[in-house]
Amino acid sequence: MNNSLLVVLLASGVAYGTPLLYAALGELLAERSGVLNLGVEGMMLVGAVMGFWTVQRLHATTGLTLALALVVAAFAGTVMALIHAFLVITLRANQIVSGLALTIFAGAAGLSSYLGNDLNLADVPAAQSFKPILPNGMQTLPVVGPILFGQNILVYISWLCVIGVALYLTRTRPGLNLRAVGESPAAADTMGINVTRYRYAHTLAGGAFAGIAGASFTLALTPQWVDGITGGAGWIAIALVIFSFWRPELCLVGAYFFGALQALAPQLQARNINLGPTVLWTNSLPYVMTIVVLVVVSTGTARRRLGAPAALGVPYVREEH
Amino acid sequence: MRISVEQRLRRPRWLTVAVPVGSIVFAFLVAAVVLVATRHNPISTYKQLFEAGFTQNQSLDQTVVVATPLAFMGLAAAAAFRMKLYNIGAEGQMYLGAITGTAAGLYFGGRGGPAPFPIAAMVVAGMFGGLLWALIPGILRAFFRTNEILTSLLLNYVAGLLLTYLIFESESYWRQTKGFNATVFPKGKPLPHNAIWPGWTLHVQGGLTIPLGAFFAVGAAVLLWVVYRLTRFGFEATVLGDSPRAARYAGVRIRRKILAVMAISGAIAGLGGASQVGDFSHALDGDPNGLQKVGYGYTGIVVAALGRYNPFAVVLIAFLLGGLENAGNTLQGPSFPAGLVGVIQGIILFSALGGEILSRHRIRITRKPKQTVPAAAPARAPEPAA
Repeated sequence: MNNSLLVVLLASGVAYGTPLLYAALGELLAERSGVLNLGVEGMMLVGAVMGFWTVQRLHATTGLTLALALVVAAFAGTVMALIHAFLVITLRANQIVSGLALTIFAGAAGLSSYLGNDLNLADVPAAQSFKPILPNGMQTLPVVGPILFGQNILVYISWLCVIGVALYLTRTRPGLNLRAVGESPAAADTMGINVTRYRYAHTLAGGAFAGIAGASFTLALTPQWVDGITGGAGWIAIALVIFSFWRPELCLVGAYFFGALQALAPQLQARNINLGPTVLWTNSLPYVMTIVVLVVVSTGTARRRLGAPAALGVPYVREEH
Repeated sequence: MRISVEQRLRRPRWLTVAVPVGSIVFAFLVAAVVLVATRHNPISTYKQLFEAGFTQNQSLDQTVVVATPLAFMGLAAAAAFRMKLYNIGAEGQMYLGAITGTAAGLYFGGRGGPAPFPIAAMVVAGMFGGLLWALIPGILRAFFRTNEILTSLLLNYVAGLLLTYLIFESESYWRQTKGFNATVFPKGKPLPHNAIWPGWTLHVQGGLTIPLGAFFAVGAAVLLWVVYRLTRFGFEATVLGDSPRAARYAGVRIRRKILAVMAISGAIAGLGGASQVGDFSHALDGDPNGLQKVGYGYTGIVVAALGRYNPFAVVLIAFLLGGLENAGNTLQGPSFPAGLVGVIQGIILFSALGGEILSRHRIRITRKPKQTVPAAAPARAPEPAA
């Protein structure tokens, strides 16, 4: 039963969806503050390579190494986000071009590749990776075993992050302030909220999440380093934020849905199901579905009811308002 | 300490040239710091880059091979970005242009006849393929207000999968199915001789061939300049980019304009795809590690932004970045740092962005009045609001 296609798809949907979830949560925080960061893919790749490097560098095989690797990955993502934050918040550069520049700078043919090559990380398996942590008895339970209990700790931490971000946005003072900054920075400024500081903090937090998202590729999903290992996941994560109407709990649903779509083609092939000409459709399904969802979300009614932060993409200058 | 940015009242002329030049210089300086930090010698690395890109025997020949598609992609991005329509799908539109262009070349070339006809068919078909692919995000943006950045980008992945499918996963019209090893090593069907685009060979540096596509790229740049500078259409598109509300009040038909601009952008990218096959590869390249890995469409965005969306500047910058990219390819190997070219391109773009702002604004650094010694009050009176 646990080998049935549906269970396997759902289980790998959770696994493949986890990096998407981390990246989307980070982007959600940045966008809620009014900063659109299209550099997610680049930040993820730098996080992925630095996390992997940490594990290869420290020869110890304790859980502590992995924890440290996550910290390093998050820090690397934060540094990348700082470039974007400085350009778009302080210098008020075009957010779209700056984000694209970040992806080109850090991406598959940029800094991440430079680091991977310079630190000799290619073509070796990870010295250590995240493994399922719950007892075997739980993992073999029918249906829920592989889907919920057979996952590594990154999955469970991501659930805590979803709860944390959701509570932060709705139940805490800084979270409410953040929403004010994203909806109406001028009003927030009048209330005495430091708009610049909020935007910096949440753009950087977005970078940290993206770094962890990258590390969950190189330390859990496919424990190795290859140039461009994320394969467009950063872009799907950005689409996910729109798909989820900027709500963390819906990010989780969306991430697992897209994770399962990504797992579909390889799973069918692993079962020797000859897809024939449909291989093209199955492979492009995650991308095509994302587009379909974006179209549905952007229609008038949905947009009015559950819209984007009103100040998304707009720099804030006190004198000019 | 507080950094604040305020608008300049007048923008000095010299800054329009100084910003891109300064950006390039600055990028090489920052990259030099990265190189030193990772124990590479920046001077010898840059010397290698320059020689491999521009001065070494036959290096210009290879630089033109890279600069031609970059010029197409840069022009495609510039055409759309100018109206603040962020088509980052030039990559996928180029694949589609390559697919349709190759089909036309195989079909019309195979029927014999003089060379100009199959080539003209490839040009038209390539433009049409890119145009149709670009219209998908265009229509979604015009009629459903769907964010064109994400849709055009996601379609790049779909186009890449289609390209791979046609050569590797099916026995399509584009695939070489006859001959030794055809099933073991899948590859594209070669173009007939009369469908291969001619080049103009100069006797410098041991042979420098200017491909037909490069002339088309320059032609496209001229046309684009004329359209945006001298026609009502271009003027309306520019107004729409700068102020959608003003454009609407002036009666600009916004939907039609979005579709038209996406079509122009896609057609240029598609022509780039056809040139890629007709000029260089002479068969459809479906290898995921081939054309798809180069990412001309993404570098084209750097080219367009650095040229500030001016078509002639785009062509010039395509040539310079083409040299850089070509040098990166030539020097690829254990002794040369991988990814360096992307890093330099990224920093160039960052500093161009920052520089652009600096040319419109000035930075003021003010100290908080906390110090014990009363600091001299800033002498400059605050500027009146612009």
